[in-house]
Amino acid sequence: MNEYVTQIQGYADQWLGPVWGPQAFSLGRALAMIVTVLVPLLLAVLYYQLVERWVIGWMQVRKGPNRVGYKGILQPIADAIKLLMKEQIVPAGANKGLFLLAPILSVAPALAAWSIVPFAPSWVISNADASVLVLLAMTSLGIYGIIIAGWASNSKYAFLGSMRAAAQMVAYELAMGFAIVGALMAGQSMNLTEIVARQRTDLGFIGWFWIPLFPLFLVHYIAGLAETNRHPFDVAEGESEIVAGFHVEYSGMAFAVFFLAEYANMILISTISPLLFWGGWLSPFDFPAIRGAGPAIAWLAAPSVLWLLAKTAFLMFIFLWIRATFPRYRYDQIMRLGWKVFIPVTLAWIAVVGVAMMEPIAHWPVLAIWFGH
Amino acid sequence: MLARVKDIASGFMLVELLKGLKLTGRFLFSRKITVMYPEEKTPASPRMRGLHALRRYPNGEERCIACKLCEAVCPALAITIESEQRDDGTRRTTRYDIDLVKCIFCGLCEESCPVDSIVETRFIEYHGESRGDLLYTKPMLLAIGDKYEDEIAADRAADARFR
Repeated sequence: MNEYVTQIQGYADQWLGPVWGPQAFSLGRALAMIVTVLVPLLLAVLYYQLVERWVIGWMQVRKGPNRVGYKGILQPIADAIKLLMKEQIVPAGANKGLFLLAPILSVAPALAAWSIVPFAPSWVISNADASVLVLLAMTSLGIYGIIIAGWASNSKYAFLGSMRAAAQMVAYELAMGFAIVGALMAGQSMNLTEIVARQRTDLGFIGWFWIPLFPLFLVHYIAGLAETNRHPFDVAEGESEIVAGFHVEYSGMAFAVFFLAEYANMILISTISPLLFWGGWLSPFDFPAIRGAGPAIAWLAAPSVLWLLAKTAFLMFIFLWIRATFPRYRYDQIMRLGWKVFIPVTLAWIAVVGVAMMEPIAHWPVLAIWFGH
Repeated sequence: MLARVKDIASGFMLVELLKGLKLTGRFLFSRKITVMYPEEKTPASPRMRGLHALRRYPNGEERCIACKLCEAVCPALAITIESEQRDDGTRRTTRYDIDLVKCIFCGLCEESCPVDSIVETRFIEYHGESRGDLLYTKPMLLAIGDKYEDEIAADRAADARFR
């Protein structure tokens, strides 16, 4: 693999000279990495949507889509083609420029956040030192797309939806940020790769941060539900109250782009959560006994991108399970949960983690597993 | 006090939420009740009120005697009848239209008919591609009756005890 890369680098230098060659090579490498991340991501979004309809159907004792292709496997392709063919309607009173800008503003951060997500030790587009900060910045930017969509539509329902979404995302952003702060403290780094590396102990899944940071793990995931405007926090869309909320005036591809942003964000939350709390690509069976047990079993203990994908898939499934189970929160309940439960709980637990990491305490019997090194 | 503490504790442990998830989790694996419609169909009653038909006697004579009871009883005013004396002295319809756009499928026409001429069949799979397509005229209704006569007769026989 690496010799091919060096070979390509050589060709680039040969054809474009010593100045433009390296530039072109690094640009090409970055583009190639972006494509390798985004193409599977977009396919995952397409099929996540199908799996969502299946899972919700099964939980409602229905069969879900099963007509297009074998067992409905081509359904998302048919939906995508349908949306592509549809007319792009811009309402008469809408601010046309902002109306068309909004979906882009909402999808761009959702995709840009993937630049710092590591999938395995060096499988990351940009191994930034403060990658968690980039992540927080990108997830916060997503709200602009929603606010602008609601405002530019010149529609009451859309505006109500975007107001709700704005208030809700501000409230849960804080709780989510604090939950991540806990993981940063335990991981002693702002770099996701290092946070994962620090969860590697001789105790497999017990060494991951989800045990000492359990409340933060829950808060992070639930705030993630609220951040992505998913059930049971979907008041921003609230189809039974405000039709479809901020994207009620959108049709065709612009609607599809909002859809894409929402699902990309859901997958992002489901990927960040295992990285911070479930040891990312580390194996849950990473015990010395299994590591040294010979090749037939040792692969179970090896870190692999497949572990991360399995954990992500599980959390993505929980998203759907929750959607199929819980009714929508009332608006004041959402605010109460965000401000009066999650923020105090996360702040208190950050203090607990801080104390647990203090020098003598960190080496106490059980705590030493996570904080002792 | 203790109850309140218990309440808060179970709230933080997400007990109720996990119960809900357990319920839906169980239904995830249960047998699905979806009827795959064009291939599978739910059973229909002999009293099913579907598409209308005009019946004939076994000798081929149409039953309708143009009494216009159905036209009078129709709450949606969907039936239009014109009649004339035929050469053999009997009164027969020259026009018998049912506008299925107006029809509410209440079955009163069938109830009111003294000679069991106008009936509603089990047949519900029909459509019109323009507004006029759903205006069913006398020849169309007679054709439906001819086509499904066996089924219609069997349904009437099955329900005869209750009429």
